[in-house]
Amino acid sequence: MTDKSMDMLIGFVAIVLGTVFLITFVAIESQIEILGLIVLTAIAVVVSARMGISTRISEAFASNEPLMNSAMLLATLVVAFWFREDHFPLLMIATVLLYLTACLGLNMQFGYTGVVNFAGAGFFGVGCYTAAVLNQHTAVPHLLVVVLGGVIAALVGSILILPVLRTRGHYAAVVTIAFGIMFKTFLEVNDTLGGPQGLKVPGMEILGWSFNSNIEIGAEIELSFYLNYVAIGLALAVLAFILTRRIERSWVGLSLDAVRLDETAAACFGVNIKRWKITAFTLGNFLIGMAGAVFAMMLGFIAPTNFAFGDSLILVSIVLLGGMGSPWGTVIAAGLVILLPEKLQAIQEYRFLLYAIVVILILLFRPQGLLPRGLRTYVPGWRG
Amino acid sequence: MTKGHDKVLAFRGLTKRFGGVVALDHFDMEVDEGQIVGLIGPNGSGKTTSFNVLTGIYAANGGEVELLGQNITNWTAQKVCEAGVARTFQRSRLCVELSIFDNIMIGNHQHLNHGLMFNIFQRKAFRRQMEESFEAAHELMAIFDPPLAGRMLEAVGTFGMIDRRRIEICRALISHPRLLLLDEPSAGMTEDETRQLMDDILVVRERINGLSIVLVEHEMGMIERVTDRCVVLNFGQKICEGTYREVASDKLVQEAYLGVE
Repeated sequence: MTDKSMDMLIGFVAIVLGTVFLITFVAIESQIEILGLIVLTAIAVVVSARMGISTRISEAFASNEPLMNSAMLLATLVVAFWFREDHFPLLMIATVLLYLTACLGLNMQFGYTGVVNFAGAGFFGVGCYTAAVLNQHTAVPHLLVVVLGGVIAALVGSILILPVLRTRGHYAAVVTIAFGIMFKTFLEVNDTLGGPQGLKVPGMEILGWSFNSNIEIGAEIELSFYLNYVAIGLALAVLAFILTRRIERSWVGLSLDAVRLDETAAACFGVNIKRWKITAFTLGNFLIGMAGAVFAMMLGFIAPTNFAFGDSLILVSIVLLGGMGSPWGTVIAAGLVILLPEKLQAIQEYRFLLYAIVVILILLFRPQGLLPRGLRTYVPGWRG
Repeated sequence: MTKGHDKVLAFRGLTKRFGGVVALDHFDMEVDEGQIVGLIGPNGSGKTTSFNVLTGIYAANGGEVELLGQNITNWTAQKVCEAGVARTFQRSRLCVELSIFDNIMIGNHQHLNHGLMFNIFQRKAFRRQMEESFEAAHELMAIFDPPLAGRMLEAVGTFGMIDRRRIEICRALISHPRLLLLDEPSAGMTEDETRQLMDDILVVRERINGLSIVLVEHEMGMIERVTDRCVVLNFGQKICEGTYREVASDKLVQEAYLGVE
């Protein structure tokens, strides 16, 4: 068996094992089993890294991208299919996919371009409230509502970017934090948008197909309605992933990196710093807003408390944990950050403490992230 | 040697102050097309500052910068670049986590297609432009540092200072500038490496018609060998100009470097 085929085999096996792990993790209830599974997986990951297996897996992904990406997509569909009749697991999976979309947007702003954004939850909230208002008061088709959620978030972002462009580093960060707080406060004092009690959001409906009713097949099979949201969440995530990839692997991605790494030198070579910061910020907020719109329709109810500074921090931590600028890293991190606290219900009060410890440990021992970003390959597999 | 007498660059009374410190004091300088002009002077005399004002990093407090007949004083860095100016930096400013190819391509920014439509949707056309650009970068790298030419997709951080210097020069040359500003390119190099570097730059100058160079250097051997003229700065003022021979035997220049007895 050639080296390359061996890599591919190892890659496939890894994906299969990962799928099994994910299904088991989401399915089991007993706290002890969950902890046991986490420890077992952590050991397996460390051992495989030592044995060089992780390198072979990355090789497999690097040289056979279309195939491996399809395998990952298939794995996701398998997981969704496994839990087809259970509401809560599907709700969690859809949440992971939507957060993933939002974090890929955040990654564009901050992982590539270095534009810090501590108001991610605020832009997510803009998408949510756009969906709430449009669904309740207008007859705008829901797919268009999703797009509009992104557009309005991008428009709001184009106001925030003005002070952000005039400030650097920590000051720019504080500007975005201030905006996030302003947004939440604005929602709380504004009764037309529901005030602190929040707003109900009519569920998604496309061409008469309601996303909020269970899917009945024949007389015996009833599939959870959350499958609908998993489907649209997956579509958004795939869109965001492809967009991120193509941008990174192009002159646009190079310009974004140049802005992040050395603004002054980049300017001397003609890079328009403002243009790229605005582009990244706007595109990122568009993705975040769309994810928010779908999220609102899925939950059926939104309130200002969902869009606080802490929530923005969670989004930022997903990007950092996965590896800045690393799409697959963001995938893994989103799964970890959403699923881990949910499954450790027994230690209710200490859930977030444990989560914080995990984050600190990862950043201590692997500050470049779980799946650090590699060198740019404009065309996968191209060696020049 | 001078190819005609068209002026590429002129500083007229260029002045730059940082608070109370006068870094450039009514500095006049001219560079003819195709010339190599040496800009020398003790540390802190304003040589790099003049580059920074020229390339739009600092705003001038007085005077003018003229490039190819146009008044470019206080133009943005981006516009100065588009007018045909490229530079290297005194302390190497490369993006160490990016590949050699990436870094050189930053230098070619103005000639690349940055449209979102092109980069996201027209992938075949993008690939063609990328491969052409790679060819060009590879050719240039092969002149300055043949071993590196085969390692263009590796991170710059992998390489040492001298290699990085050469990569930076390739980044400056890839866009076929009219005016090249070199800021102490030979710092840290041995005599052989310095000689090789200047030979390579002269080779490229032959290929790029009309390339003019302003060279800031402390290595006088290089200045003597390569420049058509020298300009000497001290405390932001021009104290002498002429050929290297003339300048080296000037009393004021000797005092500036060695002090008064």
